[in-house]
Amino acid sequence: MAPSDHRRPYKRPAISDQQRRRDHSLLRQAQNRLDAQQRARCLASSILSLENPETDSVPDLDSTTGQEQSEVPPKEFDVRQASKLRGVEARRWFARQLMLPEWMIDVPDRLSRDWYVFARPAGKRCFVVSSNGATVSRLRNGSILHRFPSALPSGSRSRDASGTSQSYSIMDCIFHEPDQTYYVIDILCWRGYSLYDCSAEFRFFWLNSKLAESGACGPPSQYHRYRFSLIPVYNCDHNGLSAAYMGAVPYVKDGLLFYNKEAKYQTGNTPLALVWKDENCSQYVIDTDNQGNIPIQQQEHKISIDCLSKERDKMRSIYLPNSDILSLYIWNANRMKWVVLELQDDGKLNTSDDPPVAFGCLDSDFVHKSGLHSGNLLRFSIGDNGLSFMEERLDKADLCYIGKSNRARAFADSYSKIVFQHMVRHSPLKMDDFLSSITSSDDQENQLNDIEMTG
Amino acid sequence: MAMEVTQILLNAQAVDGSVRKNAEENLKQFQEQNLPSFFISLAGELANEEKPVESRRLAGLILKNALDAKEQSRKYELVQRWLSLDVVTKVQIKACLIKTLSSPSSDARSTASQVIAKVASIELPQKQWPELVGTLLSNIHQLPAHTKQATLETLGYICEEVSPDAVDQDHVNKILTAVIQGMNSSEANNDVRLAATRALYNALGFAQANFSNDMERDYIMRVVCEATLSPVVKIRQAAFECLVAVSSTYYEKLAPYIHDIFNITLKAVNGDEEPVALQAIEFWSSICDEEIDILDEYGGDFSGDSNITCFYFIKQALPLLIPMLLDTLLKQEEDQDQDEGAWNIAMAGGTCLGLVARTVGDEIIPLVLPFIESNITKPLWRQREAATYAFGSILEGPSPDKLIPLVNVALNFMLTALVKDPNNHVKDTTAWTLGRMFEFLHGSTLDASIITPSNCQEIITVLLHSMKDVPNVAEKACGALYFLAQGYEDMGPSASPLSPYFQDILQAIYAVTRREDAGESRLRTAAYETLNEVVRCSTDETASIVMQLVPHIMMELHQTLEAQKLSSDEREKQNELQGLLCGCLQVIIQKLGSSDATKYAFLQFSDQLMGLFLRIFGSISATAHEEAMLAIGALAYATGSNFEKYMPEFYRYLEMGLQNFEDYQVCAITVGVVGDLCRALEDKIFPYCDGIMTQLLKNLSSNQLHRSVKPPLFSCFGDIALAIGENFDKYLMYTMPMLQNAADLLAHTSGADDDMVEYTNFLRNGILEAYSGIFQGFKGSPKTQLLMPYAPRILQFLDSLCMEENMDDVLMKTAIGVVGDLADTLGSSASPLIQNSVSSKDFLNKCLASDNSMIKESAEWAKMAISRAISF
Repeated sequence: MAPSDHRRPYKRPAISDQQRRRDHSLLRQAQNRLDAQQRARCLASSILSLENPETDSVPDLDSTTGQEQSEVPPKEFDVRQASKLRGVEARRWFARQLMLPEWMIDVPDRLSRDWYVFARPAGKRCFVVSSNGATVSRLRNGSILHRFPSALPSGSRSRDASGTSQSYSIMDCIFHEPDQTYYVIDILCWRGYSLYDCSAEFRFFWLNSKLAESGACGPPSQYHRYRFSLIPVYNCDHNGLSAAYMGAVPYVKDGLLFYNKEAKYQTGNTPLALVWKDENCSQYVIDTDNQGNIPIQQQEHKISIDCLSKERDKMRSIYLPNSDILSLYIWNANRMKWVVLELQDDGKLNTSDDPPVAFGCLDSDFVHKSGLHSGNLLRFSIGDNGLSFMEERLDKADLCYIGKSNRARAFADSYSKIVFQHMVRHSPLKMDDFLSSITSSDDQENQLNDIEMTG
Repeated sequence: MAMEVTQILLNAQAVDGSVRKNAEENLKQFQEQNLPSFFISLAGELANEEKPVESRRLAGLILKNALDAKEQSRKYELVQRWLSLDVVTKVQIKACLIKTLSSPSSDARSTASQVIAKVASIELPQKQWPELVGTLLSNIHQLPAHTKQATLETLGYICEEVSPDAVDQDHVNKILTAVIQGMNSSEANNDVRLAATRALYNALGFAQANFSNDMERDYIMRVVCEATLSPVVKIRQAAFECLVAVSSTYYEKLAPYIHDIFNITLKAVNGDEEPVALQAIEFWSSICDEEIDILDEYGGDFSGDSNITCFYFIKQALPLLIPMLLDTLLKQEEDQDQDEGAWNIAMAGGTCLGLVARTVGDEIIPLVLPFIESNITKPLWRQREAATYAFGSILEGPSPDKLIPLVNVALNFMLTALVKDPNNHVKDTTAWTLGRMFEFLHGSTLDASIITPSNCQEIITVLLHSMKDVPNVAEKACGALYFLAQGYEDMGPSASPLSPYFQDILQAIYAVTRREDAGESRLRTAAYETLNEVVRCSTDETASIVMQLVPHIMMELHQTLEAQKLSSDEREKQNELQGLLCGCLQVIIQKLGSSDATKYAFLQFSDQLMGLFLRIFGSISATAHEEAMLAIGALAYATGSNFEKYMPEFYRYLEMGLQNFEDYQVCAITVGVVGDLCRALEDKIFPYCDGIMTQLLKNLSSNQLHRSVKPPLFSCFGDIALAIGENFDKYLMYTMPMLQNAADLLAHTSGADDDMVEYTNFLRNGILEAYSGIFQGFKGSPKTQLLMPYAPRILQFLDSLCMEENMDDVLMKTAIGVVGDLADTLGSSASPLIQNSVSSKDFLNKCLASDNSMIKESAEWAKMAISRAISF
């Protein structure tokens, strides 16, 4: 019953050092557990595999439920390790990490319902990675564009990154020279959380809510060298399409990008993202070189002489999709259009699509004599007869060899690009086509709805 | 048998050890053979007036100890044992106890009071022994004074033992009435009045309803205040103790009485005997505690518990209170600083002054400053010391803006006094005051610091000099250095102003640890604490100096292990030193092991360090074990997978640590170390997992292990699963049911008190961390489907948590994380389950909207994982 001793601590710190050590240990352990958890959560589905993921997923015949892609044991290789790669390897690896839209050669169904549209800024497409207090942008070929501090998570040393050192963010951007701004067109990872498997709808939502929050859209400063900017993304209905096409933006437009709302971020070419251009929304409708110039005549001339001096027959490649015999055509400098294709072991010339489309075949003697190897990227012009189609499929291609492609180039053109370029020159897809497709599909949907309502 | 018991009980107190041992053996046998008859014999012995008081007292004590134990599980056993006795036996025992309250022997009465309270603490919550209170109260009204005294004492003990909700209000009223009557000045017998006053101290907790009734409260307070004026010192002291208890239990009811109480306390502090004066000061300290808490709460959250009002009693009393407290400062005892157990009116008064400063802040300064100024240069040491102590006491509370100008003026004076003052007591207080200056007015959070490049060197010189002074002064100088170093803790990677002196500082502290007289005044401990803090707050530029210290500390630890043939006293000191050395090494490991710049060089010591730590486990000191275990955890974290080579030898100590229920801190630390090992070794820990898992499961099912260890045990499952991945599958059949059963028990916290809610949340958090680790561990494995059957109940648990009001932030963060982990690992196969769960919708939205960035980030992760899972 004695009352508790009311003696109070006298000239003593309230906490013993032993308790402090205990607390420090518990704190360290708790932090380490969080880090471990965080690492685990960022693993697997977010892994950017060095190898083609297709080759990993051997179908499991015993499994009744069927394994998901994300459950395939991951190659433990991520973007931070990849940044240690050099030369060709780096180029190859990074080249594979971007989602490459196909060129729009026909109007997809349900455009207004399932697709977003936005005006693509003119500039350098790149991959922006922020981690460990630094931000690095890399071009499609893997070479570094800028290394700089930014307000992105873990993007500079000055900022108190709330994530762990493991945390990194990856964005798909276009660097727009005139205003020195990175326009973010897609988001792949945010603070270590992978968004690859998320729908475009979710990724855009995420991007919109996170980027501004991070302060990356703010003006440049010592700790934030380049401004990042969001792009207005519209539903692909009548208004959205007009806004994207005609609306004023602070950047130079280079065509329109269409994204399917449900599409995951799929590296490489995908038909779920499409690019389209005309003269009104791009200065570069006709394929150009890096500086945006149409290749100059002098060069063409030189090549043409070069070409003629060689055995013309063997330089010509012939596409035989229907095993029809294709005739040889003389290369025409005025119609010049480059097509870049990848040479295969068997002499076939493939596009970068997956699976690839063969555009023709080179004679093995010619390959040998010209010192070409499998995997080389080769430039061709399209001849007078151009491309001809049968039932919306490529039927004939008239190609003429020019030479090896620029070293910086990482891969061949896609089928859709070649066809789009061809169409631009012959029967381009027009804005009106989109608008009419929307209107007609709206009508159809309305009809359908009516039927459902009464039925 | 009865005759025999008396003799055995007497023998059990014999001087001759062998007689004693034999008697204890007999008692044990008796108890084991026939418990009811053993208890009856003891109760009979206690009640029997013919028996010698020694045997009666011991009989009562044995009975009391057979009803209660400190250790929770043992206590539970004893309670169950009593409840299972047959009614006849219990009635007989209780009758003996009640009868003993009337015994002429005060020892017998007092012992019986305590036993009755123990029985009551078991039976009243079970609604047994309903007639007890009535019986006791009838005692009070009828019998001689000594019975009345014993009965009041018994009521006091009962109030101490039993929780208020086990006694109905009618009984409470009657108990309080009897107690207050006993306290009343009309009670002629002082023993009765003292017993009643002490009983009230315990009964106050039962008086909630009575304190809400103005008339009853007025009456109780009047009687208590009157008792503070009793001619008997012990009654006055007990009455002030009651006032202290009232001040914390019924703070909000004090306003009408505070004026009178102030006058009573003033009189007691100025003129009464010390035990009474100390309680009078304690009353004001306790009021400060209350107001500091309330004002803290105001500062934290205005909308929150607005039902607590601050009456600003201290602020109102300030002009009178401060002079009263300042007067006490001059009543120091000679050499009080050398006496660890000292507690006198000057110390209590200074402590109260410090609390007042924290309560009122800036307002205290003008009231104390004249006292400091007029006394600090006086020839009498008492005046100089009192002035310095007053200054030191008010350094916490007022704003730095107000204090820094004063300290800037005083600092040089203090530094000089620390070196030159002839009086040790003054130097002791001066060093302590310097420490308080550094603690509260120096550091990265302050705009201005009292330490500048121009005075830094002098401060260090003086402190290092003072560390060679007598032990109590040196100890305070170490303390000042501790806070000086701490102030530079968050400087970041920039150069620390201490770096130029770092070598000198370390050498000086190290020299203190080796002083012959370092055992006095806690000096050695203070020196190691300071060493640790200096190392913790050091920067990379001085890492090489810290590195040089390592072989010295290791050598000392080695020497303690080599010491032979020590007396038990020496051994105890040796163990304490081992604890300090291991603690120091642990801090160094953590420091040097966490930076890439130093880690590699440091790890050259790891073999030797590990060898020393393993030898520590041969000693019997739990403190040393705990420190060594903490150090090993830090070492494992620093060495990473290379720690594997120590595992074969270390494993058995790990197991020993996990089995150490008695020193549960060691067990808790060891569980944490298992987590460190998991993260260091990853899958290389797998060969040891069978043993570890067996022990963890055993610990969880034990009711002997201290409850605080259980939450980390659950989390540890998660650590292991994360480390060994799908190999955890063989433990699923044991862990999952255990986690689920625990989760079921914890789904709701309705009706629990704050303490229980907090503990429940710790347990839930542990369980959820286990789930997180298991899900993440299995991610990407073909065995993922093994988790599918558990998913519905896990989601059910999460859903039930979402309905809870009582979730704290940590729990919310972990819970929403598990939702994400489940979705991430199980993917589309769990999609329908996830879509049907509350946790993936409302709870997720709640977390997404949280202000807490940790919760929000976890929620964002979960949202992504869920959207992936359901979109496939």
